[in-house]
Amino acid sequence: MPRTRIELADAIEYLSILDENGTLDRSLEPSIPAETLLRLHRTMLLARRFDERLLSLQRQGRIGTFPPIAGQEAAHLGAVAMLRPSDWIVPAFREMAADIWRGRPLESIIVYNNGFNEAGRIPADRNDMPISIPVGSQLLHAVGIAWAIKYRGQSDVAMTFFGDGATSQGDFHEALNFSGVFQVPAIFVCQNNQWAISIPRAKQTRSPTLAQKALAYGIAGIQVDGNDLLAVYAAADEAVQRARAGQGATLIECVTYRMAVHTTADDPKRYRTDAEVEEWRRKDPITRFQTYLAAKGLLAADAVAAEEAAVQAEIQAAVDRAEEQMKRLGDPLLMFEHAYAQMPAYLKEQREEFIRLRAETQEEK
Amino acid sequence: MPKMTMVQALNLALRQEMERDESVVVLGEDVGVDGGVFRVTDGLIQQFGETRVVDTPLAESGIVGMSIGMAVYGLKPVCEIQFSGFSYYTLHQMENHAARLRWRSQGRYGVPLVMRAPYGGGVRALEHHSESRETFWSHIPGIKMVIPSGPRNARALLVSAIRDPDPVVFYEPKALYRAFREEVPEEEEAMPLSRSLIAREGRDLTLIAYGAMMRPTLEAAEKLHSAHGVEAEVIDLLTLSPMDDSLLVASARKTGRVAVVHEAPRSFGPGAEIIARLVEKAFYHLEVPVARVTGYDVVIPLFSRETHYLPGVPRIVHAARQLLAA
Repeated sequence: MPRTRIELADAIEYLSILDENGTLDRSLEPSIPAETLLRLHRTMLLARRFDERLLSLQRQGRIGTFPPIAGQEAAHLGAVAMLRPSDWIVPAFREMAADIWRGRPLESIIVYNNGFNEAGRIPADRNDMPISIPVGSQLLHAVGIAWAIKYRGQSDVAMTFFGDGATSQGDFHEALNFSGVFQVPAIFVCQNNQWAISIPRAKQTRSPTLAQKALAYGIAGIQVDGNDLLAVYAAADEAVQRARAGQGATLIECVTYRMAVHTTADDPKRYRTDAEVEEWRRKDPITRFQTYLAAKGLLAADAVAAEEAAVQAEIQAAVDRAEEQMKRLGDPLLMFEHAYAQMPAYLKEQREEFIRLRAETQEEK
Repeated sequence: MPKMTMVQALNLALRQEMERDESVVVLGEDVGVDGGVFRVTDGLIQQFGETRVVDTPLAESGIVGMSIGMAVYGLKPVCEIQFSGFSYYTLHQMENHAARLRWRSQGRYGVPLVMRAPYGGGVRALEHHSESRETFWSHIPGIKMVIPSGPRNARALLVSAIRDPDPVVFYEPKALYRAFREEVPEEEEAMPLSRSLIAREGRDLTLIAYGAMMRPTLEAAEKLHSAHGVEAEVIDLLTLSPMDDSLLVASARKTGRVAVVHEAPRSFGPGAEIIARLVEKAFYHLEVPVARVTGYDVVIPLFSRETHYLPGVPRIVHAARQLLAA
């Protein structure tokens, strides 16, 4: 019998718990403490409003180019909500809600997006990597961190984020492959937001799902409704438990949508229709989560307005603090720092040259 | 003191650093069971096991990308790229991340990895197995580029590279892997990075080289002495970047006549930077234009004619005599 069917062990599941109308599948509802649910709601709202505020700051020329996150709040927060502080986040560049959840102050995000390296500093109490802009390259860092976690006998996990476009990169393949071979506690959270700038998901791969790529690497994979916080949470929680138990990596495909521009330098009207955006607006992650919380009796009718007011006040205070901070930042000599642990001789000479030239060129201005 | 080949000396450095510090981990293609295609990691898997001597899948970007994560976590990965001709897949990880994470995180995450790779011609190898592309790495702020020239300094520099807090690209001149033996002390020996040394003192002219080119350069200096009565000073760079130019400048000021020798292609090669430093810092001491004895701006030919491409003793002697005649 030269030609026989090879039985592949797994199939790929799709998980949806809270649909776009806020209807809940109780049998799948993850057990999340009320306090956490409310904090998740608050953070979703904060991230959405902050995103809007950043956009307006950018349009006013008060910050530089940045990548808005609107629409992906559930796919960020559902993934990180169960992590411990000692776990590692290895982000791409559009995971602002996750960053806020992990403790990054809003003013740090403003200051960074206004071009100040100072705000890229990661405090010692957070095990998170800075943003990574070259698409897909950061997945391997998560694998290395996860490898080191395992080597040190720790039970932490390394969770990395990337978009649908990243799945076309060689580093995606190498990272998932390495994670399978070394059976490391890595979690790959794909933000399938349908668009890599102007290239639609269908032009990235012929595969019907991105999640199924996990099968080729011998790791677990699941596709979830990425606008359903409960589904993202449930899948991530399962992946985290699998990783902590030493059972290897997971690929989670969060099916979501980038509601806004790729970055503030992008014009989506060139490549997608308003009708498509409107269709996804009906699937908004926040409204359905509010319906869920209201049905659980956790969110009174007037509570949303109060929360909205509270997050706006928090954002305004952060904008004020950022603008105050930025008055004191910008010493150009900082550019010579952190190239190496110790500044090499020739770089010291260049730093001296800069100081000298700054004085000598005053009259040329 | 035992006499060792460069392969044995590198092996000693890896073994002793792994014994000394359990955060040192070796990884790469065929580094475990096989002991590396050049046997630099021979015996390590037997001594340290497969958790510390890791045979990886065949993916260079993966090896270095994973090493970056390991280093960020606090390990000291020493990864082997089987031939430098295959290291370009890693350029993206090295340039975009290894070199910058300390900067991007404003000091929080250093990346203390070492990327070892055999480089250079002269071993009658296949295409992609003979290039000298050290300029790629030397141009990247945040990376250190080290090239030893003999067994003893190979061992001592690899020790320092492993202990260094920054990412180091460590190019091993494969033509010298087994070309000769040197006394290498069993006891610990390290040499500081970013420090060049005077391999031979002289007053008449300066020859600057590194890596595999140190042998023909020293031979040329000997011939200049014995056949022509000329005393050439020879400087071994050892670290290309960040470059220590103090010896180069001092020697150029002393002799006023300088030739730079490298097997990398001439244009934008290390010689260009070396000469620029001399122009900046020793211009008024130079008696004649600085000479470059280098590979040509072509792909290194397949091995039947590679010796015509590589600088050798006759070209170096010829350049030196022209400098003196000018």
